[in-house]
Amino acid sequence: MKFLFSILLTAYLGYVIGVYTGFPWWFFVMTSAVVAFAIRQKVFATFISGFLGMFLLWTILSLIKDMANQHLLSQRVAPLLKLGSSSYLLILLTGLVGGLVSGMGALTGYQLRRMIRKILSFSLD
Amino acid sequence: MRFVYFFLTVTITAALIWALNRQWPVGGIKTPRLGYFLSPQQGFWKNAESASASFDLTVKSPDLKGKVDVYIDQKLIPHVYAENDFDAYFVQGYVHARFRLWQMEFQTHVAAGRLSEIIGQEGLKTDRFFRRLGMVYGAEQAMAASETDTISKMAIDAYAAGVNAYISSLHPEDLPFEYKLLDYQPEKWTSLKSYLFMMFMSFDLSGRDVGTDLQMTNARNYFGWDNFRQLYPLVQDSLDPIIPKGTSFTKPIKRPQIPTDAAVRYFSPKDSSLAYQPPTSDFSPRLPDANNGSNNWAVSGSKTKSKAPILCNDPHLALNLPSLWFEMQLTTPSHNTYGASFPGSPTIILGFNDSIAWGSTNAGRDVMDLYTVRFKDELKKEYLMNGNWIIAEQRQEVIQVRDGANLSELIPITKFGTLLYDKEFGTPDSRGQTLAVKWTATSGNIGIKTFLLLNRARNYKDYLEAVSHWTCPGQNFVFASKSGDIAIRQQGQFIAKWKYQGDFVMPGTDSFYQWQGYIPNDQNPTIKNPARGFVSSANQKPVDSTYPYYLGSANHFPLYRGINVNRRLSAMKDITPDDMMKLQTSNYNIFAQMARPALLKNINKAALPPNEKKLVEEMESWNLKNDPQEKGATIFQCIWDSLESVVWSDDMAGSKYTLPWPDSYALLEKMLKGKADFMADNIQTKDKKETIQDAVAVALRLAAKQIEKLQAENRVNWALLKDTYVQHLLKFPSFSRLHLPIGGGENIINATKSNHGPGWRMVVHLTPETEAYCIYAGGQSGNPGSVFYDSFVNNWVEGTYNKVLFLKRDAAAANSQMKWHMTFTK
Repeated sequence: MKFLFSILLTAYLGYVIGVYTGFPWWFFVMTSAVVAFAIRQKVFATFISGFLGMFLLWTILSLIKDMANQHLLSQRVAPLLKLGSSSYLLILLTGLVGGLVSGMGALTGYQLRRMIRKILSFSLD
Repeated sequence: MRFVYFFLTVTITAALIWALNRQWPVGGIKTPRLGYFLSPQQGFWKNAESASASFDLTVKSPDLKGKVDVYIDQKLIPHVYAENDFDAYFVQGYVHARFRLWQMEFQTHVAAGRLSEIIGQEGLKTDRFFRRLGMVYGAEQAMAASETDTISKMAIDAYAAGVNAYISSLHPEDLPFEYKLLDYQPEKWTSLKSYLFMMFMSFDLSGRDVGTDLQMTNARNYFGWDNFRQLYPLVQDSLDPIIPKGTSFTKPIKRPQIPTDAAVRYFSPKDSSLAYQPPTSDFSPRLPDANNGSNNWAVSGSKTKSKAPILCNDPHLALNLPSLWFEMQLTTPSHNTYGASFPGSPTIILGFNDSIAWGSTNAGRDVMDLYTVRFKDELKKEYLMNGNWIIAEQRQEVIQVRDGANLSELIPITKFGTLLYDKEFGTPDSRGQTLAVKWTATSGNIGIKTFLLLNRARNYKDYLEAVSHWTCPGQNFVFASKSGDIAIRQQGQFIAKWKYQGDFVMPGTDSFYQWQGYIPNDQNPTIKNPARGFVSSANQKPVDSTYPYYLGSANHFPLYRGINVNRRLSAMKDITPDDMMKLQTSNYNIFAQMARPALLKNINKAALPPNEKKLVEEMESWNLKNDPQEKGATIFQCIWDSLESVVWSDDMAGSKYTLPWPDSYALLEKMLKGKADFMADNIQTKDKKETIQDAVAVALRLAAKQIEKLQAENRVNWALLKDTYVQHLLKFPSFSRLHLPIGGGENIINATKSNHGPGWRMVVHLTPETEAYCIYAGGQSGNPGSVFYDSFVNNWVEGTYNKVLFLKRDAAAANSQMKWHMTFTK
């Protein structure tokens, strides 16, 4: 449940911060970190939920764009990135890039939480 | 330990983002910033326009004076209805930018010698070349001149304001695709950019001499004056000029005087300074295509079925995506005009209004010359003229290089033009010489005024007044009016030259070699309502040899298309627009019609091996059409090209420098007269005198081998051999349209070659209610993610046209083909 909730929250916050296009594209790394910080999971689950959150968001968003566009642009862009003329490889790559950055963001949030707990436990002593 | 984990994770995450947020050099180009580029909320996916996207829009701008309605039809053609002229040009700028912003800025960056700002070091040589050619200088001159003219200034400034209104409305995620790919931002549009665009067109249509003058000079030096004249003849026997032969011309008041020392200093110089000293920065500029040209014609009511004139125009330029052209209608209380516009410039460039239609083709006249100049020292502050040191105007331009150091370019301006090449920067053919370039494009023109007035012209008088302002590049303006007049005029600022002046590099130390004056406007070749019932031009020489001025070397003037156009028009009667479309898309090869018998005359069929005999028979039975599936066209072309190669290669093999390839007519006209043997003799076989029969025999053998190879590759059909494509400005194949099954070619009315051809085609029937048809090799949207990016290409390939919607405001508002509506208000 936590896992699923993390994924959805990561995707939602990633989307919301992405609406503000004046920010750099990678600002979702922070929302992903915040989610991981706030929702306590094991390290592996943290990374995967962070990854999946943005992987799914970017995959779905690009998929919707691509369908409405009848694959016109993706089939022109894919060869530029040496992906043949496959729209789906391009969508997959899009998802992977978003997912990887988000997953690392989540790990950072996880490590931050553990570090702060350590500091707090020292100060309580 | 946890601190270590945390900082390690932060570091890895930061490194990942850094790597995905950076352009990486891969194989000579740079990748986009991958994370940004792929981001569905910011990157290229935002440019993947929905196939059912709406183009409705409401714009408010304090610059506007009234309300403007833009109805956009289903082909994405905007029909602009404005309450005043300023608003119309404002909206034209806005609409151009809405659909073509990247192209507009890219082309003007190239023209301004600013390519390096976009692509870095790679663009530097091109940039230096354009700066030294005087592109920025010329644009500034044109702007200064035009700002004194109220209507020109109004139009250009209104247009710039419209472009900027669009740019400032852009959100970062809405940037055109190419900005995201190359990772840069659009800058503010300025009036100067419109003039830079016009300089770019001037270069495209009159800038070839920057290379050919050097090549012609090489040829004169290499062959010697007498042989040179044989290989590059001025006379074209089969010429059918724009102004019919036999028309009389007024005598000039003042004839240009040939310098007294021309024989030794110009025609047969023995100049030791021609010793080769390679320039430190060697460069070969991409010259404008030799076939940049066009067809246009108008037929009078006496030859049409409806009794109303029909005007046709198809300009032949590089085939690019986004296209050079953008189709639209501009309606204000002062005019109602439709046609092809240039993104980057206000007005309709080729088109029609409620009273008239006009079109244009390139005149090809020589308006650019090179001079060897001498500067006193490396500072280049003084140059020699008539034994005196004269102070040069000094221009300093700074080229900014992306990810590199700026380069400051010193451009001295002399009476012989701007300094183009020197010891430090030049081409292999400039040989380290100090060369200045003199070009009419930089002499402060108000070219835009011609189009402003043509857009509003109502009759022949208005048309003449409009074109009289045109200076560079020289154009053949064709005209037809609803009142029944047809006319054509070759217009430009043409130099009154002595014979051969400027065909070669001229001595630039002596005022005698300067341009001595211009041909008066009223002596530019003009014809109105000729008895034959039509006027036409296809870049051929405008006049026969009775015209009292020198036109420039004959390689400026393709010969054959014009012969065919005139022959066909002469034979036609009861012409309909449909007939005109068939003529524009005709693949009939007039050159082959004349060359085939000349070839056959020199072939002894009985003596041929079977494979060559079969080839000759296939050529004989060919219908002379370069249709896509024709094999005969391929065979003829292979034989003719082989023959030229056999005839010329030996003569040119010894030259260290680039020589101009002689034009096809030079060989064909000698063959037709049975006098080609001296050309055919292979100078490398000293003991033998080859004849033209020998050369044709060798050519057949070569062609047979070539055809065999083509057959093995399954490329023997004409369209497959020719392989036409429409190329994206950045040359990426997946953004281009490749392998188009279209016929035509050089010397053919449908002049479609590999990456060059009649990109815009227009037929205007001047009936009381105008009936017009247009098509172009592109699409209205510059966005590669739009269905409108290349939506006209298939029809263009097939040779079909779109019927134009040319409606008044109320009719447009009610028309079911108008799919979208933009409104602009204060």
